[in-house]
Amino acid sequence: MSGFLIRRILSAIPVLFVVSLVTFAIIAIVPGDVTAELAGAEASAEQRDQIRRQLGLDMPLWQQAVNWYGALLRGDLGHSWLLNRPVTEAVLERLPVTLSLAGIALVLAVVMGVLLGVAAAIRHDSWLDQGTMSLALLGLSVPDFWFGLILISVFSVGLAWFPTGGYVPISEDVFGWARSMVLPALALAFTQMGVIARMTRASMLEVLGQDYIRTARAKGMLRPTVVFKHALRNALVPVITVIGVMTGVLLGGAVVIEQVFSLPGVGRLIIGAIQRRDFPIIQGGLLITASIFVFVNILVDLAYGWFDPRVRNGR
Amino acid sequence: MADSTVTPPRAETGARRRAARALARRLFRHRSFLIGFVLFGVIVAMAALADVVAPYLPNKNNYRALLLPPSAQHWFGTDAFGRDILSRVIHGTRISLGIGLAVVLATGVLGVVLGLLAGYVRWLDNVLMRVMDGLMAFPGVLLAIALAAALGPSLLNAVIALTVTFTPRTARIMRASVLVIRELPYVEAAVAVGAGHLRIVTRYILANALSPLIVQMTFVFAVSILAEAILSFLGVGPPPPAPSLGNIIADGRTYLQEAPWVALFPGLVIAMAVLGLNLMGDGLRDVLDPRMQSRRI
Repeated sequence: MSGFLIRRILSAIPVLFVVSLVTFAIIAIVPGDVTAELAGAEASAEQRDQIRRQLGLDMPLWQQAVNWYGALLRGDLGHSWLLNRPVTEAVLERLPVTLSLAGIALVLAVVMGVLLGVAAAIRHDSWLDQGTMSLALLGLSVPDFWFGLILISVFSVGLAWFPTGGYVPISEDVFGWARSMVLPALALAFTQMGVIARMTRASMLEVLGQDYIRTARAKGMLRPTVVFKHALRNALVPVITVIGVMTGVLLGGAVVIEQVFSLPGVGRLIIGAIQRRDFPIIQGGLLITASIFVFVNILVDLAYGWFDPRVRNGR
Repeated sequence: MADSTVTPPRAETGARRRAARALARRLFRHRSFLIGFVLFGVIVAMAALADVVAPYLPNKNNYRALLLPPSAQHWFGTDAFGRDILSRVIHGTRISLGIGLAVVLATGVLGVVLGLLAGYVRWLDNVLMRVMDGLMAFPGVLLAIALAAALGPSLLNAVIALTVTFTPRTARIMRASVLVIRELPYVEAAVAVGAGHLRIVTRYILANALSPLIVQMTFVFAVSILAEAILSFLGVGPPPPAPSLGNIIADGRTYLQEAPWVALFPGLVIAMAVLGLNLMGDGLRDVLDPRMQSRRI
């Protein structure tokens, strides 16, 4: 297991290198003069030059890259042009909101998805199967941010059960926090619930057709015991691998959902930075969320290796 | 010798045509595919005939018809400028499908070339796939959002951003197919009779790796439509007043309380297009390769 662990961690290094390179390149692909918008339309050429010098954009690209990597290795993601504070600080401060939103959505998606998938598989080809699978397919097809808006207009505007947006820190009021998170998490989870439900159903159907399931039933075990103890455990193994990919989708989706529900997370920070052309924040937010995604994937692979010894013993 | 296969004899073309017809028959007997085909077909027809079927001009303001609810004159209601939502949505499908199609073509070509290179040229495999892994390490559409933001909001930049984001997975699927196919006896036989690399790659490997690729392309089309809406909604897609479906939803967000229909209808149309594509993808997967699991994410 430790060999597998080390191999897996080492394999993340080239990935993180490409991630950092792409992140650095974001500012290099900006067409035209980055300082034009920052300085305002009336700024003179000298004022722009001064801004460019301050931001280090007057240096050749390779030197900018060297400086950027030097700072990166010290954990310094640069200085926000508009917030006038370190990027690392600004992003890390917003991270808990994004992570809790993605985390709650992940739990919701897995629980609802597995339940629907199992229900569909054990009532294979019934109306229940067709109904749950139609719901799952609908989940896959609906834009999550739009679904969030619909939830707001029904449950917040119409029924007034939830706030239309905004965030209550958990340290202030646990109930208020939960109320502010229900709809965004639901909107984010709906799509992924569809993915999980379809996978669980396919995987369950495959497992239920195996000989050992028939044997268990033949020796007189009760159907629920067979389904939940024997079948589900094995059927969930492929579902675990999806969780890695799903974390990425949820972190990316959180960016848009935060915007819809006015939650002060990393996504909102990035979108705000986009509107005001504050590139260090965009780069920092991108790099930190990607690193989290890479880290989660390592965890998922380790969990998978723990579940399935064939994986950790090489290909 | 080789020339005889470049232009296949008549019997072979006949067999091919028969096989294609049999495939089409099986597809249209597949219920999911048929429903998906109809749903997506309606959207395609709307986009193609936008100038004919849209009752109003998509960007025509009418200050005597602001935020009207759905009615006989305005089936989907009007927005804060009195623009007809139905007409805007119909024209919006053009932008969505155009971007989706462009991304599918670009991703298809790039993904196939990169996947073939990685799977066939051994020394390139490691480098190419590490780059692809790196690009896939950005969560969801975040990379597309950042790229579109850096390049500036426009139709073309949205296509570029989405292509960069979705190519790695297509390349990876292609590479996986190549790795399996290159070991098969008929490829070995082709090598043995002296076929060149280009011929082996195109006639033997690519031709047999098309099924998973086609299924993947329906998926890329669907996620591109969803992602275009996200880019527009966040203000990094085609800039307003272009009636892109994401832009209409963004307009509607401000009037969620007074006029929920502005945001409602474009979202429904997106869902209809994506649902149609997903159903067609399911059908294609079942018909083209029954062994393939429903592992689409």
